[in-house]
Amino acid sequence: MMNLMEIAFFAAGAVAVIATVLAITRLVAVHALLYLIVSLLAVAVVFYTMGAPLVAALEVIIYAGAIVVLFVFVVMMMNLGVQDREIERKWLAGRAWIGPVILSALLLVEVIYLIVRVPVSATVSSVLTPKQIGLALYGPYLLGVELASMLLLGALVGACHLGRTRSEARQ
Amino acid sequence: MTAIPMADGLVLGGILFALGLAGLLLRRNLLLILVSIEIMLNGAGVAFVAAGSRWGQADGQVMFLFILAAAAAEVSVGLALLLTHYHRRQTLDADSVNEMRG
Amino acid sequence: MLRLLWLVPAIPLASALALAILRLSQKSAAWLGTCSIAASSVISLLVSISFLNAPPASSAYTQVLWRWFDVNGLRPEIALYLDPLSLVMMVVVAFVSFLIHLYSTEFMSGDDGYGRFFAYLNLFVGSMLTLVLADNLLLLYLGWEGVGLCSYLLIGFWYRDPANGRAGRKAFIVTRAGDTAMVIGLFLLFHDLGTLNIQDLMHRAALQWPTGSTGALAAAFLLLGGAVGKSAQLPLQTWLPDAMAGPTPVSALIHAATMVTAGVYLIARTHTLYSLAPQAQFAVAVIGAATLLMAGFSALTQHDLKRVLAYSTISQIGYMFLALGVGAWPAAIFHFMTHAFFKALLFLGAGIVIESLGGEHDIFRMGGLRRELPMTFWTFLIAGCSLAGLPLITAGAFSKGWIVWGAYSAADGSAGLWVVALVGVFLTALYTFRMIFLVFFGQQNSQVTRKPGQAMVIPCLILAFFSIAGGYIRTPIASYLSTVLPWNPGTNRSPSFGEMFSEGAVALVFFLGLCLAYMLFLRRRDYSTALASSPAGSVLDRFWFSDWGMDWLYDRLFVRPVVWLAKAGKSDPIDGFYAGVGRLNEIAWRGLSLTQSGRLRWYAAAIAAGTIVLIGVVIFS
Repeated sequence: MMNLMEIAFFAAGAVAVIATVLAITRLVAVHALLYLIVSLLAVAVVFYTMGAPLVAALEVIIYAGAIVVLFVFVVMMMNLGVQDREIERKWLAGRAWIGPVILSALLLVEVIYLIVRVPVSATVSSVLTPKQIGLALYGPYLLGVELASMLLLGALVGACHLGRTRSEARQ
Repeated sequence: MTAIPMADGLVLGGILFALGLAGLLLRRNLLLILVSIEIMLNGAGVAFVAAGSRWGQADGQVMFLFILAAAAAEVSVGLALLLTHYHRRQTLDADSVNEMRG
Repeated sequence: MLRLLWLVPAIPLASALALAILRLSQKSAAWLGTCSIAASSVISLLVSISFLNAPPASSAYTQVLWRWFDVNGLRPEIALYLDPLSLVMMVVVAFVSFLIHLYSTEFMSGDDGYGRFFAYLNLFVGSMLTLVLADNLLLLYLGWEGVGLCSYLLIGFWYRDPANGRAGRKAFIVTRAGDTAMVIGLFLLFHDLGTLNIQDLMHRAALQWPTGSTGALAAAFLLLGGAVGKSAQLPLQTWLPDAMAGPTPVSALIHAATMVTAGVYLIARTHTLYSLAPQAQFAVAVIGAATLLMAGFSALTQHDLKRVLAYSTISQIGYMFLALGVGAWPAAIFHFMTHAFFKALLFLGAGIVIESLGGEHDIFRMGGLRRELPMTFWTFLIAGCSLAGLPLITAGAFSKGWIVWGAYSAADGSAGLWVVALVGVFLTALYTFRMIFLVFFGQQNSQVTRKPGQAMVIPCLILAFFSIAGGYIRTPIASYLSTVLPWNPGTNRSPSFGEMFSEGAVALVFFLGLCLAYMLFLRRRDYSTALASSPAGSVLDRFWFSDWGMDWLYDRLFVRPVVWLAKAGKSDPIDGFYAGVGRLNEIAWRGLSLTQSGRLRWYAAAIAAGTIVLIGVVIFS
């Protein structure tokens, strides 16, 4: 009899996978984004069952709550909507499926083979508190934090510049 | 309480990654290509966290945080570029991005 | 006087050089060319007289001129060697050459290659004399190649007609096959015996190689290959009929009297070697017998006057080979001497006939010429009788009868060879008189446009005299040559019963042939035409006309594969490999540049595929 965490893991995992499949096959952009949000929320549950509550929270806040919202803003700006359904349908015709399905299937097979062939001893059962994460971040991984901040700064500047050129041209 | 075996988490991450790759190759709409990239990054993150929880150490989750930061940076710049391209070409067709010919 | 020996080959060579370099008028070229050979003949006669009167020790005189080179034990000298054999050859060659030069002064007059002709002809005589007088096999080979070169140059003398060039090339290439065998034989001889000096070679061979040893056999067979090529015997006889494309004096000198006998001379010179290799000697006899029959049949069907004579030459040299093969060495040399006289005369006469009729070669279009060209007719008749062997009168009868007798009685003779030789006599008589009757008797079919002048008739008269008188010196020649060539079947005793029987058989067969020719070609020509057009007759006619199909055989066997190889190699397949490397690179470049398509999704797919491949590498390594 599996315990609660395992049931939750499998259920959330199934939801995540199904939602992702739906996300990549929708004809309307907003529908895909909504399914993506579902997938991300399911992945957050998965993180929680693996004993990583901080990461689960961050997944919801940043990934589903900021990044996907960015996507939604852009969809709004470009006015992507139901009118593009026909174009998308044409682009998703039969022949377009062959290559992607084969390639990703191959990749999946290889990765699963790599994972399964080496037996690993049982996982340590623990829940990592945010305090532990924080100590690790500002301890050994301090340099990484600084670099990440510089990366974000660069992204900020870049996005700002790219956006400004566009808005100037509009005027 | 027995923990989730690492293999299960890694497999889940692998599946999500493969799905993201399929979406990347499948879709012709640039926006949805970027969405697929995010899915792939997410899958990689799941793998990292699963690996970290196997040893009960913080490293996996720290790595996930860095991935998150990178994803955020990449998404912002990518979307800005997308908007610039849309402004110029009035289309989001990936085949319209074809000027870097050999 | 013997010291003048070196002048005999040197004068013609020098005059050849002069004729080649200087631009002389026709008259000067004729004088220079002919006088040089005349001088050479006179000196050769003087040397011979001096040699006969006071023969040097061991009846051989060597005159060393200088050392050719000295490389790793091979030390050939430019040295001339005079002994009874080379003396006979030298005198005959020089004398007949002189007569033919005299004839050519008128025959070739008006031709714009006059000076060139005499230059080539003199070069030929010089090379032939070098060949005959050579002390060592390397110098002999030099003369051998020289005569081969001149033969090619002279066959294709009228080079503006490509057929002549082809004939010259055919002669050169076929004899080349033989020459290659001969060179390999020289290599073998030097390798095993350490010298190429002929006398030393013979001594060492006798000491070192037991009878029938592989060394002797190999060397003998290889030298035989060279002789077969130069003397147009089976299987390399196909070039001689085509060589008739050259001017008639060339055919007379080179392809009747002198060059084609070089093979006979070679074998006679190295007879010790052949005595050590009985199988090779037997092969010589078999080749001679087969060739004389084959060529005899072929001569029966020819239409071209010169081709009849060409096949006749092949057949007579077959007799010489037969004599060599059974060990009757002096008989072969004697037959060479008489053959030189009557065959040269036949060719000269044929030249007169052809020129008189304005270039007509076909004997079926000639006829009745004995009234218009009496001198030519009588000299031609004498030569023809000598060739066929009219008993007791003509030289040819003496020499041929000697060979026929030797085919039975000599050391390796047998009854079978005797019968073959007799059949050959019959054939010779048949085709010779066929030729004479068709050309000189019957009704005249072509008009005589020119009559020959003195310069053409006088050599014919002189040669006719020798065709008769040459036979009477058989006994002195035999005893003279026996000092160098073994086999002297006792000529000072009265002929044995066997010999009388053989001579009688020869005479009988001769008359049989004469009568048959008379019946078929003089009285009832329709019999011969009926025979030739009957079903069996026409097949045989075509078969013998084409030299027993040998040209066709060689074309299929050798010429076509080589031509195909040459054409296949025209696109340079070996270089194609290296060019192919470049082309491979180009293909790869073109292929790889297709991957730079600029399409985003293509690049994405490429990345995905690359990732899969890399992971696969990790898995499988």
